[in-house]
Amino acid sequence: MTGQREWPLWEVFIRSRRGLSHQHVGSLHAPDAEMALRNARDVYTRRSEGVSIWVVPAAEVVATSPDEKDSFFDPAADKAYRHPTFYDVPAEVRHL
Amino acid sequence: MTQDLARFARFQALVDGDERIEPRDEMPEAYRKTLIRQIAQHAHSEIIGMQPEGNWISRAPSLRRKAILMAKVQDEAGHGLYLYSAAETLGVDRSELLDLLHAGRQKYSSIFNYPTLTWADMGAIGWLVDGAAIVNQVPITRCSYGPYARAMVRICKEESFHQRQGFEILHTLSRGTLEQHAMAQDAVDRWWWPSLMMFGPPDDQSPNTAQSMAWRIKRFSNDELRQKFVDMSVPQAEVLGLSLPDPDLRLDEETGRYDFGAIDWSEFFAVLQGNGPCNAARMEHRRAAHEDGAWVREAATAYAEKAHARAPAAGAA
Repeated sequence: MTGQREWPLWEVFIRSRRGLSHQHVGSLHAPDAEMALRNARDVYTRRSEGVSIWVVPAAEVVATSPDEKDSFFDPAADKAYRHPTFYDVPAEVRHL
Repeated sequence: MTQDLARFARFQALVDGDERIEPRDEMPEAYRKTLIRQIAQHAHSEIIGMQPEGNWISRAPSLRRKAILMAKVQDEAGHGLYLYSAAETLGVDRSELLDLLHAGRQKYSSIFNYPTLTWADMGAIGWLVDGAAIVNQVPITRCSYGPYARAMVRICKEESFHQRQGFEILHTLSRGTLEQHAMAQDAVDRWWWPSLMMFGPPDDQSPNTAQSMAWRIKRFSNDELRQKFVDMSVPQAEVLGLSLPDPDLRLDEETGRYDFGAIDWSEFFAVLQGNGPCNAARMEHRRAAHEDGAWVREAATAYAEKAHARAPAAGAA
């Protein structure tokens, strides 16, 4: 029975106002992209929380694995020189 | 057990450090199960909670009240959806949870098994039931499980409108005719004690509290939250000009908190076990709504499949 089968899951991203990027707000089930957008409007923007909505099939999201979290992000951990605070600058220098 | 300790050391360190657990993190099976049960019960409560108020939409006393009540009931549907989504991140399907609800194998808040007899009940539900829900839910915005905490942030923001519109209804009725005042008082008399029961059994009869606190799913005990709710509500009742149906209610001058009378827990457990005034009606209505809506779900699926089948041609153009 078609009605019994669960609709695919969509991840919902909303731009809350112009000038800001879309942000993940949650997910919902819908039979197709158009219904996903309409449902997202009703579920996530009832109080004008958005000016633009993206819906993405959850199955299409490729993510890093939490298991390799440490090794995957390790290369950035020992490169403090990538931050401006790493450098010694004489106190009298301005606008640097 | 030792093996488990090692395996979940990272999980426990995150919880102890007051960080959030996210969906794909390793977590103890009991933590996952507890969350699924709690979030599902919470989601079910939202959608069953649409019924007692839906009952009054067509009889709201003005267009303003009607529009507000519809918005509130729509919010509850939305809250159910946020919560089902949060539960699904733990590896269950919404349809599975709905099946468990319909089969009576998962619960919803007992408060919704009481009838809404008059318009004033819309006021009492907003003020007391939503008020109690807020007290319960605000600490969950800091729950250790990220998706549940985030859903709760949205819900709490929206609930405060629910509570205020209820307060306004009672405030208006209380200052109206004698009959309207009596109606408001009657509603408060009927909803006060069940609202106190919403916080769950007393701490010494709440076996799961300690574990939930250790996992930081729960931040305060049932009795602590109940006391907080009483302390907030008593001064508000005074502003409303309505009394609370508890002869033992009095301010403890030393602590600044209110002592209140004994709760009839036999009523709570009876309603929990299915013997409340509306248990059967609520479940029957929920199942019927699900079955009567099947054709819509089927039609939407059929339409999507048909559109998908045509898509390659359209995509090539």
